[in-house]
Amino acid sequence: MSFFAITRATLAKDIRLEWRSKDAINAMLFFGLLVVVIFSFAFDPTAEESRRIAGGLIWVAFLFAAVVALNQTWARELRNQVLDAYRVSPAAANPLFLAKALGNFIFVCVLEALMTPLFIAFYKLRALGPAWELAPIALLGTWALVINGTFFAAISLRTRSREIMLPLLLFPISIPALLGMVNATTAVLSGEESARFWIALLLAYDVVFTTVSLLLFELVLEAE
Amino acid sequence: MNSMHYLYAAYIATWLIHGSYLTILVRKYARVRREMERLRK
Amino acid sequence: MRRGFTLLALATALLLSFALYEALIAAPTEQTMGDVQRIFYYHVPSAWTAFVLFLINFVSSIVYLIRRNPKADILALVSAEVGVVFCTVVIVTGPIWARPVWGIWWAPGDIRLTTTLVLWLIYISYLILRRMSTGGRTPVIAAVVAIFGALDVPLVYFSIWFFRTQHPSPVIGGGGSLDPRMAHVLLINWAAFLCLAWLLSWVRYELEVAKRRVDEAQAMESLQESSR
Repeated sequence: MSFFAITRATLAKDIRLEWRSKDAINAMLFFGLLVVVIFSFAFDPTAEESRRIAGGLIWVAFLFAAVVALNQTWARELRNQVLDAYRVSPAAANPLFLAKALGNFIFVCVLEALMTPLFIAFYKLRALGPAWELAPIALLGTWALVINGTFFAAISLRTRSREIMLPLLLFPISIPALLGMVNATTAVLSGEESARFWIALLLAYDVVFTTVSLLLFELVLEAE
Repeated sequence: MNSMHYLYAAYIATWLIHGSYLTILVRKYARVRREMERLRK
Repeated sequence: MRRGFTLLALATALLLSFALYEALIAAPTEQTMGDVQRIFYYHVPSAWTAFVLFLINFVSSIVYLIRRNPKADILALVSAEVGVVFCTVVIVTGPIWARPVWGIWWAPGDIRLTTTLVLWLIYISYLILRRMSTGGRTPVIAAVVAIFGALDVPLVYFSIWFFRTQHPSPVIGGGGSLDPRMAHVLLINWAAFLCLAWLLSWVRYELEVAKRRVDEAQAMESLQESSR
């Protein structure tokens, strides 16, 4: 099978599984909802201030919710030794990784699409800058979280308490990406400055880590 | 004079960190040595 | 080898005491900051040493992935651990200097501070991974994570660089060239701390070698007992 055939087959399988069980998306949604509600108790969301802190709140909520989905990525494949079967099959490692990353990307994007109206309602948000820039920011930012998250989830499979290990690995490495997402979103919401630099930074981050992940994933899959 | 306190605090902190790391290493080394002796018997 | 170690230990002790004398007594007092500036003779060399160690970690991780030499793996572990120790010194002495000079303990937007802090976090997570990892393939996974961490550093630097240019904050002593006598003392201190790092790494290296040998022997022992 070709590279894209494997990617498509794995991705279709994951989406069908998720569609039937809705485990990850339900958990993520409820988790995100909790974060929104708790933040709205912790801060006074009506203040003009909320425009400046909203960028941080939104992305921290998405980050925590994404970890829920990322932790499930590979755990599902461990149950019936699917991963071992994959390893002995002649298929290359990268299409599997790409399919998993794309699957997580879709799940997190769905989550974001459903959560954003909530944020707008709870924090009375209105963009003063060019609102269309939020689309590339969201896509690039989500990919940045998901590409590293999928990779580190595969790495933390080899550790003792893998649910704890994933955020410990993912958060420090994601700091520049988070800084980019938060500042770009804040720049658009407040309209005070341009978000261009931050979008470029996110793009650079995505390119660097997508390349490295694809180069090194085979080593991680074989490591057993 | 007050600035001297900060100076000494920084130098002492540096040596405390290095000293405690070295102590940890020496302790671990002693433990490994003991285990080695036990295994050799 | 024993002899080399003793020699290095002696040289390090001598160099460190000489460097301490130079830093506290021989170096001229800075005019605006006063004696607090002398913290720099510990702070800056420690930072440079930590960066050198992290670079060694990066290189030996790559070497391990290519050659699969266990020595490269041990070197990666050792350099990361000693690097974190030196980085801790940097992060502790920095605020002690900043408090009397800037009036604050920590400047969140400052590029060097924040980059060092993120570096420290990345390598701590690397060490935690090494500790929590199970099975025989720890070295491969650790090397992969080390490469990710090292590639992250320039991105962290750029992101904070832009962050800072937008949010001005008190920055270190407004440029200006360093007094040649001060530069001299700084270099002596760096040499001393590099020797200390070498010494610590040597001890840690020997410890790791011995530990792996003991682990192997223990595994053999339990195998023999179970087959009896």
